[in-house]
Amino acid sequence: MKIDRRSFLTYTTVAVLGGAAGSMLTPVPWKLMDDAAIWTQNWPWTPVPEDGEVTYKQSVCTLCPGGCGITVRLVNDRPIKIEGSKEYPVNKGSLCPMGISGLQYLYGPSRVTSPLKREGNRGEGKWKKVSWDEALAAVSKKLAELRSSGRPQSVACITGSDQGTIPNLIDRFMSVYGSPNFIRSATANDAVEQAVYLTQGKLGTPVFDIENANFILSFGSGILDGWGAAGRMFNLYGNGKQSKTIIQIEPRLSDTAAMANQWLGINPGTETALALGLANVIIKKSLYDKNFVENFAFGFDDWTDENGNTHEGFATMVKDFTPDKVSQITGIEKTEIISLAMAFARASRPIAINGRGQGDMPGSIDESLAVQLLNALVGNINKTGGISTVPDANYAKWPEVSIDAIASKGRQQPRIDGAGSEQFPNTRHLLNRLPEIINSAQGDSPVQALLVTEANPMYTLPDTAATKKAFDQIPFIVSFSPYMDETADYADYILPNHSSLERLQDVPTVAGTSRQVIGLAKPVVQPMYDTKHVGDSFIQLANSLGGFIADAFPWRDYEKFLQATLKDQWRDLKKKGVIEIDHTLPEPLAFTFNTVSGKFEFYPTARNNAKQKNHSALPSYTPVPIEGDIQRFPLVLVPYDAIRLASNHIANAPFMTKTIDDTVLKKQIGMIEINPKTARKLGLKEDATALLTTPKGKATVQIHLYEGIMPGLIAIPKGLGHTAYNEYLANKGTNFNDLIGPIADPGSGLDMAWGIRAKLIRV
Amino acid sequence: MSSTDQHQTVSPEATSEAAPDSVHHAPNTNDSPPAKSSGWAIFLFFMIGFVGSLLAGWILFPELLYSKKQQPIDFNHAIHLDLVDDGCESCHYFRDDGSFAGMPNLDSCIDCHEEAQTDDPEEIKFVDEYVTPGIEVPWLNHSKQPDCVFFSHSAHVMGADMSCESCHGDIGTSEHTRVYEENKLTGYSRDIWGHSISRLGKPKPGDPLPMKMNDCAKCHEEETGHKGACFQCHK
Repeated sequence: MKIDRRSFLTYTTVAVLGGAAGSMLTPVPWKLMDDAAIWTQNWPWTPVPEDGEVTYKQSVCTLCPGGCGITVRLVNDRPIKIEGSKEYPVNKGSLCPMGISGLQYLYGPSRVTSPLKREGNRGEGKWKKVSWDEALAAVSKKLAELRSSGRPQSVACITGSDQGTIPNLIDRFMSVYGSPNFIRSATANDAVEQAVYLTQGKLGTPVFDIENANFILSFGSGILDGWGAAGRMFNLYGNGKQSKTIIQIEPRLSDTAAMANQWLGINPGTETALALGLANVIIKKSLYDKNFVENFAFGFDDWTDENGNTHEGFATMVKDFTPDKVSQITGIEKTEIISLAMAFARASRPIAINGRGQGDMPGSIDESLAVQLLNALVGNINKTGGISTVPDANYAKWPEVSIDAIASKGRQQPRIDGAGSEQFPNTRHLLNRLPEIINSAQGDSPVQALLVTEANPMYTLPDTAATKKAFDQIPFIVSFSPYMDETADYADYILPNHSSLERLQDVPTVAGTSRQVIGLAKPVVQPMYDTKHVGDSFIQLANSLGGFIADAFPWRDYEKFLQATLKDQWRDLKKKGVIEIDHTLPEPLAFTFNTVSGKFEFYPTARNNAKQKNHSALPSYTPVPIEGDIQRFPLVLVPYDAIRLASNHIANAPFMTKTIDDTVLKKQIGMIEINPKTARKLGLKEDATALLTTPKGKATVQIHLYEGIMPGLIAIPKGLGHTAYNEYLANKGTNFNDLIGPIADPGSGLDMAWGIRAKLIRV
Repeated sequence: MSSTDQHQTVSPEATSEAAPDSVHHAPNTNDSPPAKSSGWAIFLFFMIGFVGSLLAGWILFPELLYSKKQQPIDFNHAIHLDLVDDGCESCHYFRDDGSFAGMPNLDSCIDCHEEAQTDDPEEIKFVDEYVTPGIEVPWLNHSKQPDCVFFSHSAHVMGADMSCESCHGDIGTSEHTRVYEENKLTGYSRDIWGHSISRLGKPKPGDPLPMKMNDCAKCHEEETGHKGACFQCHK
């Protein structure tokens, strides 16, 4: 048979066809089809959950100050799920979306995986990996230089908390090094604790015994939006809800307001007037707790001091706040005010709480005082279901070490932020004032080195532009953040802390539980990266500074420090994971106060009243002078918090961002809530793009028409508009802090801004 | 099929001699129909392809599809089964939560094998290479299922009172490990599909049963009267 080109092609074709026909009778196509399907399941990039033994570890969530107990499910030592711990006294099984998505902070792309040294310009994102030895040596060299130049006070440290052994250790470091500038980020508790101090003379963590109250009057506190320990607050909406009345007072229909028994839309910033108005009705109708007021209180009625000067008492002062007047100020009907005051006073266990949204903005002292006094009127102080304080945890107080002249001189310098000064004697931390002070300083920045841990001031401080300008003038910034947040991104060195699930630390609850709760966050997993416990970093910094500074830190590591500090509580804490201490006292012991009068002071004599109206220390209502000219900026912008948005120093996990509605964030653009009436006047329709301008900044936003917001008001969510972290979060929406600046309370220095004037133009 | 001038008069038998000449005196018969004889050639080549692919498909394909691997340690089940009190469950136990531990890890072995007890080279290798450095043995699992399959040993062993042998064969009495045939495409053991590439016939007594979905369904139909719902296994 001759084979030429044609026959070759023919026979080949025929053979192929024969082969094809034959193969149909073999397992090849069928088996390959099946195998190919299975092959697609096993692509290396397809995540496959680990298989193995399931174990559970108990710990405490440290992602926010709430301090909820968590149960972490592990498969073969790999954490795979976080749930609320049923036994933990704070949250009893409930947990917020942030806590639930906590694993994404562990495994997520925002982790700083080794010490980093900045290579490019600040914020450029160019880093060089360095060893721990190199990074610690660089920081201690800088600190040593500043000390030898006689300026230890120019080192400042910003932290997220001042409770617990980690802040204690850092505070001790700062103090021994010679700087008074240990500055904690602001929370609404700053104002509340000051109101408690002024009226009761007690320093400590304010307590709101909400579990045992049955009538909750919330002045804008986002009970369901992340206020306090979110896990704890969720429990109010479980089976117990039927027995509690929740009244929500705020200008916007938040999730909390929607779930409350009653929502009272109030003109923003007039909460103080409403509280005083309610007091007016309660006193006028003689519904106040006479036993408490007559026997245990001071300054309710007019009083005369030792110099013979007569002072107006609280009862006289609130006479001015008639329902008519308050109705005009707040926009709430007169009849509503009267019936609310009566319902509050007649409830068997009422409680009034404040702290807007998630409670990151302190607000004015007047407001916290007015709410505190409202509680006092119904005799709700240091009682079950009321307001009280728990003292700081009973930890070992380490002896002062003998420090040298440089440290001693540095430590005696006034704090840079002005807290505790003659102007703001009762305030402990005033981070909000720091940027302005640095920016207005003559010559060198008063802060020459800044250490930041558990805080993200570049994002959370109001007026981001001013903060950035201030940070530009700080020659040396060190971040201890486990995540690449905005401040870490702007640092010169990052000395990454372990992430929350890898870290040991005690967690004293600051979220207002009636009993003092100290939890233990235990590492549930070995550190995944080349990170170091921030406590160990500070101990090592102290050691490399040497001399008496090293002597002040004789502990090998943070764990030894923790054990030694907790003394005999350590064994209990380690075994049970939590210590609960009941500080409640029986009456009348509960009504002993550390004030000058020895009584609960309706007239807070300890208050710096130089700047008050008529030099009276009583809370009064003065509108907060929000920034912006009404002609240029006809609208008022307020922020709102939501449980699915983390607005504090740790930002949203990708899971949380996934759950945000498209009325909050649409693709990359943040939505702004506006009442349809206001929108119509401005010619704005749903989804229209607009330019939002405030005296502080501008942002492109998209319109969301919302009946739940007062006309004339616009609201944007907090927690968006990040520039750092990761691709799942950065450049989505607007950071509210870009658009607002701080307004210092004249008496406390705390930021009392609640909004800013704004305008909205269609583009 | 198009005809060709080369083939028109050529019978299969005469192909080799006739073909060269035919080229020269072919022009006149250019468009005549193809001769019958070329059909035989076509048939022949068709059959070559057909039979070839049958042979390749049935004999060569399984050889190519599976690679042969040995277990890291030649484990002797028989010896262990004699020594333990609780049968298979002594090592392949159920955890407290009811989940099945599967292959034992080093923790289970270390009680007896912290040091080699015999001079068996496999045991010495086990101790030296795995126990002492604390490395888990990368056993090859003949019964491993894809991640999308939820299988509860508990339901079958505790609930339906089935013996291990009824699915896994008499591995428990083997003195040596079997060759592990790994499907190069999927990475799973050949045991899942079954040794017979045609999946016809029954496995030999003592061999493990195949574990494809149809096998599950077949047994469930026989034992419970229905194949079961998708979500029972594909959660």
